[in-house]
Amino acid sequence: MAALTLVQSVNLALARAMADDPRVLVLGEDVGIDGGVFRATDGLLARFGPERVLDTPLAELGIAGLAVGLAAQGFRPVAEIQFSGFVYPCIDQIMNHAARLRTRTHGRLSCPMVLRMPAGGGIRAVEHHSECPEAMFAHMPGLRVVVPASPARAYGLLLAAIRDPDPVIFLEPTRLYRAVREEVADDGAALPLDRAFSLRPGADITLIAWGGMVPEALAAAETLAAEGIDAGVIDLATLKPLDMETVLAEVARTGRCVIVQEAPVSGGLGAEVAAGIAERGLDQLLAPIRRLAPPDVVVPAPRLETAYLPDAARIAAAARETMAYT
Amino acid sequence: MAEAATRKPRGKGAAPPAIARDQLLRAYRDMLLIRRFEEKAGQLYGMGLIGGFCHLYIGQEAVVVGLQLCLKPGDQVITSYRDHGHMLATGMEARGVMAELTGRIGGYSKGKGGSMHMFSREKNFFGGHGIVGAQVPIGAGLAFANRYNGTDRVSLTYFGEGASNQGQVYESFNLAALWKLPVIFIIENNKYGMGPSPERASASRDLSKNGAAWGIPGTQVDGMDVTAVKAAGDEAVAYVRAGKGPYILEMKTYRYRGHSMSDPAKYRTKEEVQKMRTEKDPIENARKLLIDDGVDEPTLKAIDNEVKAIVQDSADFAQTSPEPDPSELWTDVLHEA
Repeated sequence: MAALTLVQSVNLALARAMADDPRVLVLGEDVGIDGGVFRATDGLLARFGPERVLDTPLAELGIAGLAVGLAAQGFRPVAEIQFSGFVYPCIDQIMNHAARLRTRTHGRLSCPMVLRMPAGGGIRAVEHHSECPEAMFAHMPGLRVVVPASPARAYGLLLAAIRDPDPVIFLEPTRLYRAVREEVADDGAALPLDRAFSLRPGADITLIAWGGMVPEALAAAETLAAEGIDAGVIDLATLKPLDMETVLAEVARTGRCVIVQEAPVSGGLGAEVAAGIAERGLDQLLAPIRRLAPPDVVVPAPRLETAYLPDAARIAAAARETMAYT
Repeated sequence: MAEAATRKPRGKGAAPPAIARDQLLRAYRDMLLIRRFEEKAGQLYGMGLIGGFCHLYIGQEAVVVGLQLCLKPGDQVITSYRDHGHMLATGMEARGVMAELTGRIGGYSKGKGGSMHMFSREKNFFGGHGIVGAQVPIGAGLAFANRYNGTDRVSLTYFGEGASNQGQVYESFNLAALWKLPVIFIIENNKYGMGPSPERASASRDLSKNGAAWGIPGTQVDGMDVTAVKAAGDEAVAYVRAGKGPYILEMKTYRYRGHSMSDPAKYRTKEEVQKMRTEKDPIENARKLLIDDGVDEPTLKAIDNEVKAIVQDSADFAQTSPEPDPSELWTDVLHEA
């Protein structure tokens, strides 16, 4: 086993999937010769050749449409969008076509494609390069939305996404690409989709996060532990469909929760989680549900990014306030 | 633009230049300003003073500077994210551009836009856009408004050869031709759309003809030669201003630096870059033309010094202008009554 960064795990999973299944193709802007802006596809062209690793023109809508067509013919295209802000030109193909192919054809066709992209902030990269568009995709029936938060989960979840018979939006937290290393076995084992990961049990309060906010929540839990507050951490991992059973079980035990998201607050995934807890777990709550999210403003330029994003200190502060509720 | 000054006798054997000496002097000065500004921006980026993105225009200076000479006040410019040169060419202050790069309150977007997103109503510069090709229909919209308002203003809509593979570019071509919009589509073909060269990304071998299906005339221009740019620009502007509809200029140019500040540049050799710098540099060539035309060294030296001073001042300002207050995060999101 090797200690890999998240982006190396993505690379490893792509190589594994391509080696295992000749139907897997990789396409996108600069994914071939350059190996991708973040090097997620590094080495794939040399290993699998230009028939399976396609450098496309700068044409996101075309990339998405091509992938839908390939998927409709039984291929398993993995398309890369260079940055999450560049995904908006693809919206027509993803929302109107990829998500609906199965329904529209009454199951005669499906769309086993993966649309991968780096997402989220924390790398001082301004708008178009720091967005978290997960809620938009999660709103569309027919799409699965997956966000890994560690190298090992990136490997296992990406393999699962590629093998899944339906379209998956796979959002890779840019800030975690090279943040940590973790032992990852290239065993070809997928992790389950549609399941949240309970990373740390807690007796007092549950911190619910995904993607780039998971390490922040874990750090906050460490801080809180030193203060005598036993905080648990859940990584939602799949945002659509949501594993509310795991969330409800944890929150039932602690009676308190802080939901942390990196996308602007209104209409975000945090609201969906909060609504689920309120609908089915209200009796168990000892304190109001707390959401922590950036305000409803566009991702700012670097000097204001720290003011914009939640972090471990703010998560800990929100947890303390929730604990203080009587 | 002032009328050309009286021409002095040309240097021996020199072909008559396409632009008058005072214009060429201005072009030289503006190109040099962009070159030095961009070099300084690259340095500040290397020092960690510039966050976010930084796409340098070095090598392509003749394109914006030559075309700007063809415009009159009120004409509009819109481009993509390699935009510092366009802003300086339209007369925007070096200070405001540099301070935006360093994310300071004195920047054109109060430090909230960064390298790719600056605007000036006063100079009719409509951005600075970060999404490849997305500024092209917006440029057509500017042109629609101009025609609707009964003006003879033209919209210079710049994009790269990489963007010329985006679908919305062709929707814009159709609309502009259908409604005879006063827009010049300028394809800055710097040979690499980040990585892929046009040969690898486009089946079209002559991008100036990409509007042929809609009857849009197009010209391929040596974008490294400011006099050629000016000559082609004059023709295109006259055509468009006369109400004949859109025009395409494919500027064959070259960027010396990487696509952005993090570019492995596996797509070309160092020798290729060096060859272009030695043989085709737009500033060096303009300098030679000026000297052939009898301009003396002290005049050129004075320009060098003026440019150096402007750039140094902008760098100083960009490091001393305050950072935006965190309260700025909440401003200018929606109309505040």
